[in-house]
Amino acid sequence: MDFELSNEQQLLKDSVNRLITENYDLKSRQTIIQSANGYSQEMWQQLADLGLLGLSFSSEHGGFDGGPVEQMIVMEAFGAGLVIEPYLSTVILGGNALKLSANGSNKSELLKKISTGDHLIAFAHSERHSRYQLSHVKTKAHVENNNWVLNGEKTTVIHAGVADTLIISARTKGTNDSTDGISLFLVPAETNGVTLRSYPTIDGMRATDIQLSNVSLPENALLGKCDNSYLIIENIEQQGIAAVAAESVGAMQCVLDMTVEYLKTRTQFGRPIGDFQVLQHRAADMYVAVEEARSIAIYAAMMVMEVDIEKRRHAMSTTKAQIGLSCREVGQGGIQLHGGIGITEEYAIGHYFKRLSMIERQFGDFEHHMTILSMMDTPE
Amino acid sequence: MELAFSSEEIVFRDEIRAFIAEKLPDSARKNRGRWPHWSKDDVVTWQRILNAKGWAVPHWPEEYGGTNWTAVQRYIFIEELLKAPTPEPLSFNVNMVGPVICTFGNKDQKEYFLPKLRNLDIWFCQGFSEPGAGSDLASLKTSAVKDGNEYVVNGQKIWTSQAQSADWIFALVRTDPEAAKPQMGISFLLIDMKSPGVTVRAIETIDEARHVNEVFFDNVRVPISNIVGEENKGWDYAKFLLGNERTGIARVGLSRERLNRARNLAAKLPSFDGSLANDPQFKRKCATVEMQLKSLEITIMRIIDRQRRRNDSAPDPATSMLKLRGAEIQQTTAELLADVAGPMVAPTGQVRAAYDGDFPAELEETLGIIPHYFNSRAATIYGGSNEIQRNIISKGILGL
Repeated sequence: MDFELSNEQQLLKDSVNRLITENYDLKSRQTIIQSANGYSQEMWQQLADLGLLGLSFSSEHGGFDGGPVEQMIVMEAFGAGLVIEPYLSTVILGGNALKLSANGSNKSELLKKISTGDHLIAFAHSERHSRYQLSHVKTKAHVENNNWVLNGEKTTVIHAGVADTLIISARTKGTNDSTDGISLFLVPAETNGVTLRSYPTIDGMRATDIQLSNVSLPENALLGKCDNSYLIIENIEQQGIAAVAAESVGAMQCVLDMTVEYLKTRTQFGRPIGDFQVLQHRAADMYVAVEEARSIAIYAAMMVMEVDIEKRRHAMSTTKAQIGLSCREVGQGGIQLHGGIGITEEYAIGHYFKRLSMIERQFGDFEHHMTILSMMDTPE
Repeated sequence: MELAFSSEEIVFRDEIRAFIAEKLPDSARKNRGRWPHWSKDDVVTWQRILNAKGWAVPHWPEEYGGTNWTAVQRYIFIEELLKAPTPEPLSFNVNMVGPVICTFGNKDQKEYFLPKLRNLDIWFCQGFSEPGAGSDLASLKTSAVKDGNEYVVNGQKIWTSQAQSADWIFALVRTDPEAAKPQMGISFLLIDMKSPGVTVRAIETIDEARHVNEVFFDNVRVPISNIVGEENKGWDYAKFLLGNERTGIARVGLSRERLNRARNLAAKLPSFDGSLANDPQFKRKCATVEMQLKSLEITIMRIIDRQRRRNDSAPDPATSMLKLRGAEIQQTTAELLADVAGPMVAPTGQVRAAYDGDFPAELEETLGIIPHYFNSRAATIYGGSNEIQRNIISKGILGL
């Protein structure tokens, strides 16, 4: 057991942190949010130049063979900066979808293009009423004249509006909620029959509702094995859990720091409000919640590559449940201790609260994962 | 970064488990889960078994009997004892006064006390709190006035756990009432409980057991040589004592053991069409505790790891978090067990007599549950209440 970062990891941490602190303040972020694409291509290129886009890809695919710990370091820094670039969609979800299920030249070529910053991906799995049920896939795919034909709708797909390639889940067999019969498809965003309706999300990102009407795809658009992608999808989402866990830690630490600073400077009744014990204790509880989240994000990094499916499932649900609790405690506490200024658009704390509130709901919330854990035996 | 236990650490854990399985006496085994806990005899016997193995005081310096284990090994060791469960090594001896004597005691004190502390030939209790000095410990009033080669001690201690079993008490006493700050006039004194003028009076608690007492000092004469370290520096030693070996304070193993008991008991009980063990609400509660324990356990590991790297003995205020959450989870598990037992918790210990020697072993198991639950309410009070821990976090870490 050893929690120290290696020299290389420390270097990575320093350089990502520097990039974010130097380039990513609230004002520049607002400008990016209001830009046409909703992300900064310049920033994206800087991430590529730093090697962050291919960080977790193997060197044969143009990557740096980084593991979950490296990913955690990057995501934590992004959380602190409230980075809105399409990293989660392209690198974490898209990259892992390709790593886990693609084969041959397709995979290698796409991963290389992701790492150079030339290709964006969106993972289009969620549907209007799927909520957190991963097996709820109504979008259909069938074969017609040796082509796949897709019909259906995907909703609130993050960063699909700027993606070059969509990775779309569709039912090739079975009933609406069965885990058996779900397949993944690689779909160029420009394909005929794909209609994109994009909009800003509450946390400053972009999302898209995707309409699929008789979208015709070549045979090799199928990613992985036909009918058999449920566990892959679960694994992709688990990578997402590990990523947003680390992201939330970065964001929560900022909320705590800002809040403590505020308690020290804001005066009422002739003294800093941080003198009041009732506020001190709420800040102490926020601190504990941040540290618990930090611990569980490390646990997630340790377990996200676990080969035993049950153990991994238990660990990732444990992670997301704790993260959900902590996000809520820290986010709400931060607002409360700031008072009225906490709910203004002008002040940073509210923007962190927005992102934390979305992280709570990404890849399953506290209640959802507690239900999963309640139904499972604890692995030794 | 390597987050799992190493294979050596796993081997070590298995060695501890095998030792417990082989050596824990039947008498102690029988008292598991009973209330009150272990008998004095169970505690002494087990500590001597550990001492014979060389494991009584793992974290002491090697020259005084320590094992030179890593912080992780020490953590594994204590957690395995708690999880088994075995009687705990007497904390007053091994975690409190022992390390103080190792660090600040003189040669004679080390030679006389340390072997006896290890082997529990001397049982110490802790004389810190007073009727007017609880969370505000530095306001303590028990006085020690020098008279020739002796101090004359007068005053009263309270909440003194296990004073009825103790041979000695380590007490904080006021030696300089004129000191500029209350913290500066306090000394750390070792007092033989058999000294004339020492009176112990039990405080009845709501959990049907005798743990805590009042201890009165009426002109008790104590040799000056019984002071540890320097006169008027006692507060520093007390802070050292409270900050020492705090990573075991979360008592994760204890909570896990209780959770297992709750599950085992639930499996024997009905709920609507099935077993209580399969009740969704019950399973949800168990799962929540496990989730919290996982976060806590990794937090402990992170703090141990950080201490190893810092390599100094200054107290880490982050351990307050371990006490805070650890105590809360202990309470949750005690509560869970009591909820499972439901109305079966009603009988007092006197039910044994009503059965006239024919007492069903099964009932023995549920008898301790409600006293245990009552007792667990003290977990967020003793050793610095949870409110004090929050104060420490807000001042020591957040700088408020």
